[in-house]
Amino acid sequence: MVGLLAIDALRSYPVVDVIYEQARIAGWWLDHYLETNVFYHPFMWRSIATGILIGVVAPLVGTYLVHREMALIGETLAHTAFAGVAVGLVVSSMTGWSGSLMLVALVVGILGALGVQWLAERTDTYGDVPIAIMLTGSFAVGTLIISYGRGMTGFNVEGYLFGNISVVTPSGARLMAVISVVVVLVTVATYKQLLFITFDEQAARVARLNVTWYNTLLIVMTAVVVVGAMQILGVILVAAMLVVPVATATQVAHSFRETLTLSILVGQVAVIGGFALSISQGLPTGGSIVVVAIACYLLAILASSRSTAAISTH
Amino acid sequence: MTVVDLENVTFAYGEQPAVRDVSLTVAEGDFLGLIGPNGSGKTTLLQLMLGLRSPDSGSIELFGEPVSSFEEGERIGYVSQQATSGGGSMPVTVREVVTMGRFAHAGHGRLTDADHAAVDDALETVGITDLADRQINALSGGQRQRAYIARALASEADLLALDEPTVGVDAESRDAFYQLLESLNEDGITIILIEHDIGVVTDRASRIACINTELYHHGDTESFVESDALTEAYGASGQVVHHHH
Repeated sequence: MVGLLAIDALRSYPVVDVIYEQARIAGWWLDHYLETNVFYHPFMWRSIATGILIGVVAPLVGTYLVHREMALIGETLAHTAFAGVAVGLVVSSMTGWSGSLMLVALVVGILGALGVQWLAERTDTYGDVPIAIMLTGSFAVGTLIISYGRGMTGFNVEGYLFGNISVVTPSGARLMAVISVVVVLVTVATYKQLLFITFDEQAARVARLNVTWYNTLLIVMTAVVVVGAMQILGVILVAAMLVVPVATATQVAHSFRETLTLSILVGQVAVIGGFALSISQGLPTGGSIVVVAIACYLLAILASSRSTAAISTH
Repeated sequence: MTVVDLENVTFAYGEQPAVRDVSLTVAEGDFLGLIGPNGSGKTTLLQLMLGLRSPDSGSIELFGEPVSSFEEGERIGYVSQQATSGGGSMPVTVREVVTMGRFAHAGHGRLTDADHAAVDDALETVGITDLADRQINALSGGQRQRAYIARALASEADLLALDEPTVGVDAESRDAFYQLLESLNEDGITIILIEHDIGVVTDRASRIACINTELYHHGDTESFVESDALTEAYGASGQVVHHHH
Protein backbone atom coordinates (compact mmCIF):
# COMPACT_ATOMS: atom_id res chain seq x y z
CA MET A 1 0.00 0.00 0.00
CA VAL A 2 2.89 2.31 0.77
CA GLY A 3 4.27 1.41 -2.70
CA LEU A 4 0.95 2.22 -4.32
CA LEU A 5 0.87 5.62 -2.65
CA ALA A 6 4.50 6.18 -3.65
CA ILE A 7 3.66 5.45 -7.31
CA ASP A 8 0.75 7.89 -7.06
CA ALA A 9 2.97 10.58 -5.56
CA LEU A 10 5.80 10.11 -8.10
CA ARG A 11 3.69 9.60 -11.20
CA SER A 12 5.09 12.64 -13.02
CA TYR A 13 8.56 11.07 -13.08
CA PRO A 14 9.81 8.82 -15.91
CA VAL A 15 9.45 5.05 -15.42
CA VAL A 16 7.02 5.63 -12.55
CA ASP A 17 4.56 7.20 -15.02
CA VAL A 18 4.56 3.96 -17.03
CA ILE A 19 3.89 1.88 -13.91
CA TYR A 20 1.17 4.36 -12.95
CA GLU A 21 -0.54 3.97 -16.35
CA GLN A 22 -0.25 0.18 -16.18
CA ALA A 23 -1.78 0.20 -12.72
CA ARG A 24 -4.67 2.31 -13.99
CA ILE A 25 -5.26 -0.14 -16.83
CA ALA A 26 -5.21 -2.99 -14.30
CA GLY A 27 -7.75 -1.02 -12.27
CA TRP A 28 -9.91 -0.59 -15.37
CA TRP A 29 -9.85 -4.34 -15.96
CA LEU A 30 -10.68 -4.98 -12.32
CA ASP A 31 -13.65 -2.61 -12.62
CA HIS A 32 -14.69 -4.34 -15.83
CA TYR A 33 -14.45 -7.77 -14.20
CA LEU A 34 -16.23 -6.75 -10.97
CA GLU A 35 -18.70 -4.49 -12.81
CA THR A 36 -17.73 -1.60 -10.57
CA ASN A 37 -16.54 1.94 -11.16
CA VAL A 38 -13.94 2.15 -8.42
CA PHE A 39 -10.44 0.94 -9.23
CA TYR A 40 -9.87 3.06 -12.35
CA HIS A 41 -9.95 6.24 -10.29
CA PRO A 42 -6.70 7.28 -8.60
CA PHE A 43 -8.57 9.00 -5.76
CA MET A 44 -10.21 5.67 -4.92
CA TRP A 45 -6.82 3.96 -4.81
CA ARG A 46 -5.61 6.63 -2.46
CA SER A 47 -8.60 6.18 -0.18
CA ILE A 48 -8.42 2.40 -0.15
CA ALA A 49 -4.65 2.36 0.35
CA THR A 50 -5.00 4.91 3.15
CA GLY A 51 -7.78 2.81 4.68
CA ILE A 52 -5.69 -0.34 4.59
CA LEU A 53 -2.77 1.43 6.24
CA ILE A 54 -5.15 2.68 8.95
CA GLY A 55 -6.23 -0.94 9.40
CA VAL A 56 -2.60 -1.79 10.21
CA VAL A 57 -1.39 1.05 12.40
CA ALA A 58 -4.55 1.85 14.40
CA PRO A 59 -4.92 -1.65 15.92
CA LEU A 60 -1.13 -1.82 16.36
CA VAL A 61 -1.06 1.24 18.61
CA GLY A 62 -4.53 0.45 19.95
CA THR A 63 -3.40 -2.88 21.40
CA TYR A 64 -1.18 -1.07 23.89
CA LEU A 65 -3.79 1.62 24.59
CA VAL A 66 -6.64 -0.81 25.24
CA HIS A 67 -4.60 -2.93 27.63
CA ARG A 68 -3.40 0.16 29.48
CA GLU A 69 -7.06 1.13 29.87
CA MET A 70 -6.47 4.26 27.82
CA ALA A 71 -9.04 3.51 25.12
CA LEU A 72 -10.59 6.96 25.19
CA ILE A 73 -7.28 8.71 24.58
CA GLY A 74 -7.76 8.16 20.82
CA GLU A 75 -11.14 9.87 20.85
CA THR A 76 -9.68 12.77 22.82
CA LEU A 77 -6.79 13.23 20.43
CA ALA A 78 -9.15 13.11 17.44
CA HIS A 79 -11.05 16.03 18.92
CA THR A 80 -7.77 17.85 19.48
CA ALA A 81 -6.82 17.19 15.86
CA PHE A 82 -10.21 18.53 14.81
CA ALA A 83 -9.31 21.79 16.54
CA GLY A 84 -6.07 21.59 14.54
CA VAL A 85 -7.96 21.29 11.25
CA ALA A 86 -10.02 24.30 12.28
CA VAL A 87 -6.89 26.31 13.06
CA GLY A 88 -5.32 25.30 9.74
CA LEU A 89 -8.43 26.31 7.90
CA VAL A 90 -8.65 29.75 9.41
CA VAL A 91 -4.92 30.35 9.00
CA SER A 92 -5.01 29.30 5.35
CA SER A 93 -8.04 31.44 4.56
CA MET A 94 -6.58 34.47 6.34
CA THR A 95 -3.05 34.24 5.00
CA GLY A 96 -3.55 32.44 1.69
CA TRP A 97 -1.27 29.64 3.00
CA SER A 98 -1.81 26.51 0.95
CA GLY A 99 -0.15 23.85 3.12
CA SER A 100 -1.77 20.61 4.15
CA LEU A 101 -4.54 20.87 6.75
CA MET A 102 -3.52 17.40 7.90
CA LEU A 103 -0.06 18.70 8.76
CA VAL A 104 -1.54 21.41 11.01
CA ALA A 105 -3.85 18.81 12.53
CA LEU A 106 -0.79 16.62 13.15
CA VAL A 107 1.08 19.37 14.97
CA VAL A 108 -1.95 20.33 17.07
CA GLY A 109 -2.72 16.64 17.69
CA ILE A 110 0.81 16.03 19.02
CA LEU A 111 0.59 19.12 21.22
CA GLY A 112 -2.74 17.79 22.49
CA ALA A 113 -1.13 14.42 23.18
CA LEU A 114 1.61 16.04 25.24
CA GLY A 115 -1.08 18.07 27.01
CA VAL A 116 -3.04 14.94 27.95
CA GLN A 117 0.17 13.29 29.16
CA TRP A 118 1.01 16.35 31.23
CA LEU A 119 -2.46 16.43 32.77
CA ALA A 120 -2.44 12.68 33.42
CA GLU A 121 0.91 12.91 35.25
CA ARG A 122 -0.16 15.91 37.30
CA THR A 123 -3.38 14.17 38.37
CA ASP A 124 -1.35 11.00 39.07
CA THR A 125 -3.55 8.73 36.95
CA TYR A 126 -5.03 8.11 33.55
CA GLY A 127 -8.38 8.74 35.19
CA ASP A 128 -11.13 9.84 32.88
CA VAL A 129 -11.47 13.37 34.24
CA PRO A 130 -8.49 14.99 32.46
CA ILE A 131 -9.42 13.00 29.35
CA ALA A 132 -13.02 14.23 29.43
CA ILE A 133 -11.86 17.82 29.92
CA MET A 134 -9.40 17.62 27.02
CA LEU A 135 -11.93 15.84 24.78
CA THR A 136 -14.74 18.33 25.18
CA GLY A 137 -12.44 21.32 25.57
CA SER A 138 -10.60 20.85 22.28
CA PHE A 139 -13.83 20.12 20.43
CA ALA A 140 -15.32 23.30 21.89
CA VAL A 141 -12.33 25.31 20.69
CA GLY A 142 -12.63 23.66 17.25
CA THR A 143 -16.29 24.61 16.89
CA LEU A 144 -15.54 28.19 17.95
CA ILE A 145 -12.78 28.51 15.37
CA ILE A 146 -14.88 26.90 12.62
CA SER A 147 -17.76 29.22 13.44
CA TYR A 148 -15.40 32.21 13.38
CA GLY A 149 -13.91 31.14 10.05
CA ARG A 150 -17.11 30.07 8.37
CA GLY A 151 -17.59 33.40 6.62
CA MET A 152 -14.19 33.09 4.96
CA THR A 153 -14.39 29.61 3.50
CA GLY A 154 -16.81 27.12 2.08
CA PHE A 155 -15.37 24.35 4.23
CA ASN A 156 -17.10 21.00 4.56
CA VAL A 157 -16.98 20.24 8.30
CA GLU A 158 -19.03 17.06 7.94
CA GLY A 159 -16.23 15.46 5.91
CA TYR A 160 -13.90 15.69 8.90
CA LEU A 161 -16.57 14.84 11.45
CA PHE A 162 -17.89 11.67 9.83
CA GLY A 163 -15.09 10.82 7.39
CA ASN A 164 -15.33 10.82 3.65
CA ILE A 165 -13.44 9.22 0.79
CA SER A 166 -13.23 12.55 -0.98
CA VAL A 167 -11.45 14.11 2.03
CA VAL A 168 -8.36 11.99 1.31
CA THR A 169 -6.20 14.42 -0.65
CA PRO A 170 -2.97 13.31 -2.34
CA SER A 171 -0.98 15.03 0.41
CA GLY A 172 -3.19 13.43 3.08
CA ALA A 173 -2.53 10.00 1.58
CA ARG A 174 1.21 10.63 1.44
CA LEU A 175 1.17 11.74 5.05
CA MET A 176 -0.58 8.48 6.00
CA ALA A 177 2.07 6.47 4.12
CA VAL A 178 4.87 8.21 5.99
CA ILE A 179 3.01 7.90 9.32
CA SER A 180 2.51 4.17 8.75
CA VAL A 181 6.16 3.47 8.00
CA VAL A 182 7.32 5.45 11.04
CA VAL A 183 4.74 3.97 13.43
CA VAL A 184 5.43 0.39 12.34
CA LEU A 185 9.20 0.88 12.68
CA VAL A 186 8.90 2.50 16.10
CA THR A 187 6.51 -0.14 17.46
CA VAL A 188 8.76 -2.93 16.21
CA ALA A 189 11.81 -1.29 17.84
CA THR A 190 10.00 -0.68 21.16
CA TYR A 191 7.81 -3.81 21.23
CA LYS A 192 9.47 -5.23 24.34
CA GLN A 193 9.46 -2.00 26.32
CA LEU A 194 5.84 -1.14 25.48
CA LEU A 195 4.72 -4.68 26.32
CA PHE A 196 6.50 -4.63 29.69
CA ILE A 197 5.08 -1.23 30.62
CA THR A 198 1.59 -2.21 29.46
CA PHE A 199 1.61 -5.41 31.48
CA ASP A 200 3.35 -4.30 34.67
CA GLU A 201 4.32 -0.64 34.83
CA GLN A 202 5.86 -0.78 38.30
CA ALA A 203 8.07 -3.76 37.50
CA ALA A 204 9.12 -1.97 34.30
CA ARG A 205 10.12 1.06 36.39
CA VAL A 206 12.13 -1.17 38.71
CA ALA A 207 13.83 -2.71 35.66
CA ARG A 208 14.86 0.89 34.92
CA LEU A 209 12.84 1.38 31.74
CA ASN A 210 12.13 5.05 31.13
CA VAL A 211 8.39 4.66 31.60
CA THR A 212 7.53 8.34 31.19
CA TRP A 213 9.40 8.50 27.91
CA TYR A 214 7.67 5.39 26.52
CA ASN A 215 4.27 6.64 27.71
CA THR A 216 4.87 9.89 25.87
CA LEU A 217 6.02 8.01 22.79
CA LEU A 218 2.85 5.87 22.82
CA ILE A 219 0.55 8.83 23.20
CA VAL A 220 2.32 10.84 20.49
CA MET A 221 2.11 7.83 18.14
CA THR A 222 -1.59 7.65 18.94
CA ALA A 223 -2.01 11.30 17.98
CA VAL A 224 -0.15 10.68 14.73
CA VAL A 225 -2.28 7.65 13.84
CA VAL A 226 -5.49 9.43 14.78
CA VAL A 227 -4.71 12.35 12.48
CA GLY A 228 -4.00 9.99 9.59
CA ALA A 229 -7.12 7.93 10.26
CA MET A 230 -9.37 10.95 10.72
CA GLN A 231 -9.55 11.50 6.95
CA ILE A 232 -11.53 8.34 6.34
CA LEU A 233 -13.12 7.57 9.68
CA GLY A 234 -13.94 11.07 10.84
CA VAL A 235 -13.29 12.67 14.23
CA ILE A 236 -16.22 10.99 15.92
CA LEU A 237 -15.48 7.44 14.77
CA VAL A 238 -11.69 7.37 14.74
CA ALA A 239 -11.29 5.80 18.21
CA ALA A 240 -13.24 2.77 17.02
CA MET A 241 -10.32 1.53 14.90
CA LEU A 242 -7.98 1.84 17.88
CA VAL A 243 -10.32 -0.12 20.12
CA VAL A 244 -12.74 -2.47 18.34
CA PRO A 245 -10.23 -4.67 16.42
CA VAL A 246 -8.19 -5.02 19.63
CA ALA A 247 -11.26 -5.91 21.69
CA THR A 248 -12.16 -8.47 19.03
CA ALA A 249 -8.68 -10.01 19.01
CA THR A 250 -8.56 -10.07 22.83
CA GLN A 251 -11.67 -12.27 22.86
CA VAL A 252 -9.97 -15.06 20.95
CA ALA A 253 -6.18 -14.58 21.24
CA HIS A 254 -4.03 -16.58 23.66
CA SER A 255 -0.89 -14.48 23.73
CA PHE A 256 0.02 -10.83 23.34
CA ARG A 257 1.76 -11.41 20.03
CA GLU A 258 -1.33 -13.19 18.76
CA THR A 259 -3.49 -10.27 19.93
CA LEU A 260 -1.36 -7.86 17.90
CA THR A 261 -1.52 -9.99 14.74
CA LEU A 262 -5.22 -10.77 15.03
CA SER A 263 -6.17 -7.16 15.74
CA ILE A 264 -4.41 -6.05 12.55
CA LEU A 265 -6.21 -8.84 10.67
CA VAL A 266 -9.57 -7.71 12.06
CA GLY A 267 -8.59 -4.14 11.14
CA GLN A 268 -8.10 -5.26 7.53
CA VAL A 269 -11.41 -7.12 7.44
CA ALA A 270 -13.16 -4.04 8.85
CA VAL A 271 -11.56 -1.63 6.38
CA ILE A 272 -12.01 -3.79 3.27
CA GLY A 273 -15.49 -4.94 4.31
CA GLY A 274 -16.39 -1.37 5.24
CA PHE A 275 -15.24 -0.04 1.87
CA ALA A 276 -17.23 -2.77 0.08
CA LEU A 277 -20.34 -1.93 2.10
CA SER A 278 -19.87 1.80 1.64
CA ILE A 279 -19.23 1.65 -2.12
CA SER A 280 -21.94 -0.90 -2.90
CA GLN A 281 -24.63 0.77 -0.78
CA GLY A 282 -23.55 4.40 -1.15
CA LEU A 283 -23.03 4.77 2.60
CA PRO A 284 -20.44 6.88 4.50
CA THR A 285 -17.10 5.04 4.76
CA GLY A 286 -16.32 5.74 8.42
CA GLY A 287 -19.63 4.40 9.68
CA SER A 288 -19.44 1.36 7.40
CA ILE A 289 -15.94 0.42 8.58
CA VAL A 290 -16.91 0.75 12.24
CA VAL A 291 -20.11 -1.27 11.78
CA VAL A 292 -18.15 -4.10 10.12
CA ALA A 293 -15.57 -3.96 12.93
CA ILE A 294 -18.30 -4.23 15.57
CA ALA A 295 -19.89 -7.13 13.68
CA CYS A 296 -16.49 -8.89 13.90
CA TYR A 297 -16.42 -8.13 17.63
CA LEU A 298 -19.85 -9.66 18.20
CA LEU A 299 -18.84 -12.73 16.20
CA ALA A 300 -15.68 -13.05 18.30
CA ILE A 301 -17.73 -12.91 21.52
CA LEU A 302 -19.99 -15.66 20.18
CA ALA A 303 -16.99 -17.75 19.11
CA SER A 304 -15.18 -17.33 22.44
CA SER A 305 -18.26 -18.07 24.55
CA ARG A 306 -18.83 -21.17 22.45
CA SER A 307 -15.23 -22.33 23.00
CA THR A 308 -15.52 -21.61 26.74
CA ALA A 309 -18.70 -23.69 26.80
CA ALA A 310 -16.87 -26.48 24.97
CA ILE A 311 -14.04 -26.42 27.52
CA SER A 312 -16.42 -26.43 30.48
CA THR A 313 -18.19 -29.56 29.26
CA HIS A 314 -14.96 -31.56 29.45
CA MET B 1 28.32 -6.49 50.36
CA THR B 2 25.40 -4.21 51.15
CA VAL B 3 22.43 -4.58 48.83
CA VAL B 4 20.21 -1.85 50.28
CA ASP B 5 21.34 0.93 52.59
CA LEU B 6 18.85 3.43 54.01
CA GLU B 7 19.94 6.34 56.16
CA ASN B 8 17.43 8.50 58.02
CA VAL B 9 14.84 8.13 55.28
CA THR B 10 11.64 10.13 55.62
CA PHE B 11 8.71 10.21 53.20
CA ALA B 12 5.25 11.75 53.45
CA TYR B 13 2.18 11.74 51.24
CA GLY B 14 1.39 15.44 51.46
CA GLU B 15 1.15 16.16 55.19
CA GLN B 16 0.71 12.47 56.10
CA PRO B 17 4.04 10.88 57.08
CA ALA B 18 4.40 7.30 55.79
CA VAL B 19 8.02 6.61 56.71
CA ARG B 20 9.90 8.57 59.38
CA ASP B 21 13.62 8.55 59.96
CA VAL B 22 14.22 4.92 58.99
CA SER B 23 17.76 3.59 58.76
CA LEU B 24 18.46 0.00 57.86
CA THR B 25 20.74 -2.13 55.75
CA VAL B 26 20.12 -5.33 53.85
CA ALA B 27 23.23 -7.40 53.28
CA GLU B 28 23.85 -9.81 50.41
CA GLY B 29 22.15 -13.15 51.10
CA ASP B 30 19.71 -11.75 53.68
CA PHE B 31 16.11 -12.91 53.79
CA LEU B 32 14.44 -9.84 55.27
CA GLY B 33 10.83 -9.97 56.39
CA LEU B 34 9.25 -6.52 56.40
CA ILE B 35 6.27 -6.43 58.72
CA GLY B 36 3.92 -3.90 60.26
CA PRO B 37 0.22 -3.19 60.62
CA ASN B 38 -1.99 -2.06 57.71
CA GLY B 39 -1.03 1.41 56.53
CA SER B 40 2.28 1.29 58.40
CA GLY B 41 4.36 2.26 55.37
CA LYS B 42 5.73 -1.18 54.41
CA THR B 43 4.94 -0.86 50.71
CA THR B 44 6.14 2.75 50.68
CA LEU B 45 9.41 1.71 52.30
CA LEU B 46 9.92 -1.05 49.73
CA GLN B 47 9.14 1.36 46.90
CA LEU B 48 11.66 3.82 48.34
CA MET B 49 14.32 1.08 48.46
CA LEU B 50 13.71 0.25 44.79
CA GLY B 51 13.67 3.87 43.63
CA LEU B 52 9.97 3.94 42.74
CA ARG B 53 9.61 6.92 45.08
CA SER B 54 12.08 9.59 46.10
CA PRO B 55 12.52 10.27 49.83
CA ASP B 56 11.76 13.71 51.26
CA SER B 57 15.01 13.44 53.20
CA GLY B 58 17.70 10.87 53.90
CA SER B 59 19.73 8.76 51.50
CA ILE B 60 19.15 5.40 49.84
CA GLU B 61 21.75 3.23 48.15
CA LEU B 62 21.17 0.12 46.03
CA PHE B 63 24.18 -2.14 45.48
CA GLY B 64 26.41 0.69 46.68
CA GLU B 65 25.04 3.32 44.30
CA PRO B 66 22.60 6.15 45.02
CA VAL B 67 19.19 4.71 44.05
CA SER B 68 18.36 7.64 41.75
CA SER B 69 21.35 6.91 39.52
CA PHE B 70 21.13 3.10 39.76
CA GLU B 71 20.71 1.74 36.23
CA GLU B 72 21.18 -2.03 36.50
CA GLY B 73 17.47 -2.80 36.55
CA GLU B 74 18.05 -6.45 35.67
CA ARG B 75 19.56 -7.04 39.11
CA ILE B 76 16.17 -6.53 40.81
CA GLY B 77 13.13 -8.76 40.52
CA TYR B 78 10.03 -7.00 41.79
CA VAL B 79 6.60 -8.50 42.36
CA SER B 80 4.14 -5.77 43.26
CA GLN B 81 0.85 -6.20 45.07
CA GLN B 82 -0.91 -4.79 42.04
CA ALA B 83 0.71 -7.29 39.66
CA THR B 84 -0.37 -10.29 41.63
CA SER B 85 -3.83 -9.30 42.81
CA GLY B 86 -5.07 -7.78 39.54
CA GLY B 87 -6.16 -10.32 36.96
CA GLY B 88 -6.89 -8.00 34.06
CA SER B 89 -8.01 -9.12 30.65
CA MET B 90 -4.72 -8.80 28.80
CA PRO B 91 -3.96 -12.02 26.95
CA VAL B 92 -0.35 -12.73 27.91
CA THR B 93 1.18 -16.17 28.20
CA VAL B 94 3.36 -17.29 31.10
CA ARG B 95 6.31 -17.50 28.71
CA GLU B 96 5.75 -13.91 27.59
CA VAL B 97 5.69 -12.74 31.22
CA VAL B 98 8.88 -14.61 32.09
CA THR B 99 10.56 -13.32 28.92
CA MET B 100 9.99 -9.77 30.23
CA GLY B 101 12.79 -10.58 32.67
CA ARG B 102 15.19 -10.54 29.72
CA PHE B 103 14.05 -7.18 28.34
CA ALA B 104 16.43 -5.13 30.48
CA HIS B 105 19.29 -7.28 29.11
CA ALA B 106 18.23 -7.06 25.47
CA GLY B 107 17.42 -3.33 25.27
CA HIS B 108 16.15 -2.53 21.77
CA GLY B 109 17.95 -5.51 20.26
CA ARG B 110 16.47 -8.90 19.46
CA LEU B 111 16.30 -11.61 22.09
CA THR B 112 19.09 -14.13 21.59
CA ASP B 113 19.10 -17.91 22.04
CA ALA B 114 20.79 -17.33 25.40
CA ASP B 115 17.83 -15.15 26.45
CA HIS B 116 15.36 -17.89 25.50
CA ALA B 117 17.50 -20.49 27.30
CA ALA B 118 17.45 -18.33 30.46
CA VAL B 119 13.65 -18.20 30.23
CA ASP B 120 13.42 -21.98 29.88
CA ASP B 121 15.74 -22.46 32.88
CA ALA B 122 13.71 -20.05 35.00
CA LEU B 123 10.46 -21.83 34.12
CA GLU B 124 12.01 -25.13 35.08
CA THR B 125 13.47 -23.86 38.37
CA VAL B 126 10.05 -22.76 39.63
CA GLY B 127 8.39 -25.86 38.14
CA ILE B 128 5.95 -24.33 35.65
CA THR B 129 7.43 -25.44 32.32
CA ASP B 130 4.19 -27.23 31.47
CA LEU B 131 2.22 -24.01 31.99
CA ALA B 132 4.44 -21.88 29.73
CA ASP B 133 1.86 -21.47 26.98
CA ARG B 134 -1.11 -20.88 29.26
CA GLN B 135 -2.47 -17.38 29.80
CA ILE B 136 -1.24 -15.90 33.07
CA ASN B 137 -4.77 -14.84 34.00
CA ALA B 138 -5.95 -18.44 33.73
CA LEU B 139 -3.53 -19.62 36.43
CA SER B 140 -4.24 -20.08 40.12
CA GLY B 141 -2.74 -17.55 42.56
CA GLY B 142 0.11 -19.88 43.52
CA GLN B 143 1.03 -20.66 39.91
CA ARG B 144 0.95 -16.98 39.03
CA GLN B 145 3.40 -16.21 41.88
CA ARG B 146 5.78 -18.77 40.46
CA ALA B 147 5.57 -17.12 37.04
CA TYR B 148 6.57 -13.76 38.57
CA ILE B 149 9.43 -15.38 40.45
CA ALA B 150 10.51 -17.00 37.17
CA ARG B 151 10.54 -13.54 35.57
CA ALA B 152 12.94 -12.35 38.29
CA LEU B 153 15.10 -15.47 37.84
CA ALA B 154 15.19 -15.02 34.07
CA SER B 155 16.46 -11.53 34.73
CA GLU B 156 19.25 -13.09 36.83
CA ALA B 157 18.24 -10.80 39.67
CA ASP B 158 20.40 -10.59 42.78
CA LEU B 159 17.58 -9.05 44.79
CA LEU B 160 14.01 -10.28 44.94
CA ALA B 161 11.48 -7.79 46.35
CA LEU B 162 8.02 -9.20 47.04
CA ASP B 163 5.02 -7.24 48.27
CA GLU B 164 2.49 -9.56 49.95
CA PRO B 165 2.95 -12.26 47.31
CA THR B 166 0.61 -14.85 48.79
CA VAL B 167 -2.61 -12.90 49.22
CA GLY B 168 -5.39 -15.16 47.95
CA VAL B 169 -3.11 -18.20 47.63
CA ASP B 170 -4.21 -21.45 49.31
CA ALA B 171 -2.19 -22.75 52.29
CA GLU B 172 -0.57 -25.67 50.47
CA SER B 173 0.66 -23.57 47.52
CA ARG B 174 1.82 -20.94 49.97
CA ASP B 175 4.03 -23.40 51.83
CA ALA B 176 5.50 -24.66 48.55
CA PHE B 177 6.06 -21.05 47.46
CA TYR B 178 7.97 -20.20 50.64
CA GLN B 179 10.06 -23.34 50.28
CA LEU B 180 10.98 -22.12 46.80
CA LEU B 181 11.95 -18.71 48.24
CA GLU B 182 14.09 -20.42 50.89
CA SER B 183 15.94 -22.48 48.33
CA LEU B 184 16.52 -19.40 46.15
CA ASN B 185 17.84 -17.60 49.22
CA GLU B 186 20.19 -20.53 49.90
CA ASP B 187 21.46 -20.09 46.33
CA GLY B 188 22.50 -16.56 47.27
CA ILE B 189 19.58 -14.40 46.17
CA THR B 190 18.76 -11.61 48.61
CA ILE B 191 15.07 -11.47 49.46
CA ILE B 192 12.94 -8.67 50.87
CA LEU B 193 9.45 -9.85 51.67
CA ILE B 194 6.40 -7.94 52.85
CA GLU B 195 4.01 -10.34 54.49
CA HIS B 196 0.99 -9.71 56.70
CA ASP B 197 1.19 -13.19 58.23
CA ILE B 198 3.77 -12.71 60.99
CA GLY B 199 4.04 -16.45 61.65
CA VAL B 200 5.25 -17.05 58.10
CA VAL B 201 7.85 -14.32 58.37
CA THR B 202 9.28 -15.50 61.68
CA ASP B 203 9.39 -19.09 60.33
CA ARG B 204 11.17 -18.24 57.10
CA ALA B 205 13.03 -14.94 57.26
CA SER B 206 16.53 -14.63 58.73
CA ARG B 207 16.04 -10.98 59.62
CA ILE B 208 13.03 -8.87 60.49
CA ALA B 209 12.28 -5.19 60.05
CA CYS B 210 9.14 -4.17 61.92
CA ILE B 211 7.79 -0.76 61.07
CA ASN B 212 4.86 1.47 61.81
CA THR B 213 5.97 4.70 60.13
CA GLU B 214 9.05 4.46 62.35
CA LEU B 215 11.32 1.46 62.57
CA TYR B 216 10.53 -0.56 65.73
CA HIS B 217 12.93 -3.41 65.22
CA HIS B 218 15.65 -4.42 62.81
CA GLY B 219 17.72 -7.47 63.47
CA ASP B 220 17.72 -11.23 63.32
CA THR B 221 14.51 -13.17 63.78
CA GLU B 222 15.41 -14.57 67.24
CA SER B 223 15.97 -11.14 68.74
CA PHE B 224 12.69 -9.96 67.18
CA VAL B 225 10.70 -12.81 68.72
CA GLU B 226 12.18 -12.01 72.13
CA SER B 227 11.60 -8.27 71.85
CA ASP B 228 8.46 -6.22 72.44
CA ALA B 229 8.69 -4.65 68.99
CA LEU B 230 5.61 -6.42 67.69
CA THR B 231 3.33 -5.24 70.47
CA GLU B 232 4.81 -1.76 70.34
CA ALA B 233 4.46 -1.40 66.58
CA TYR B 234 1.00 -2.88 66.34
CA GLY B 235 -0.15 -1.35 69.59
CA ALA B 236 0.88 2.07 68.33
CA SER B 237 -1.85 1.92 65.70
CA GLY B 238 -4.36 0.43 68.12
CA GLN B 239 -4.69 -2.88 66.32
CA VAL B 240 -2.73 -5.60 68.06
CA VAL B 241 -2.72 -8.74 65.94
CA HIS B 242 -1.93 -12.10 67.43
CA HIS B 243 -1.08 -14.88 65.10
CA HIS B 244 -2.09 -18.41 66.01
CA HIS B 245 -0.69 -21.49 64.39
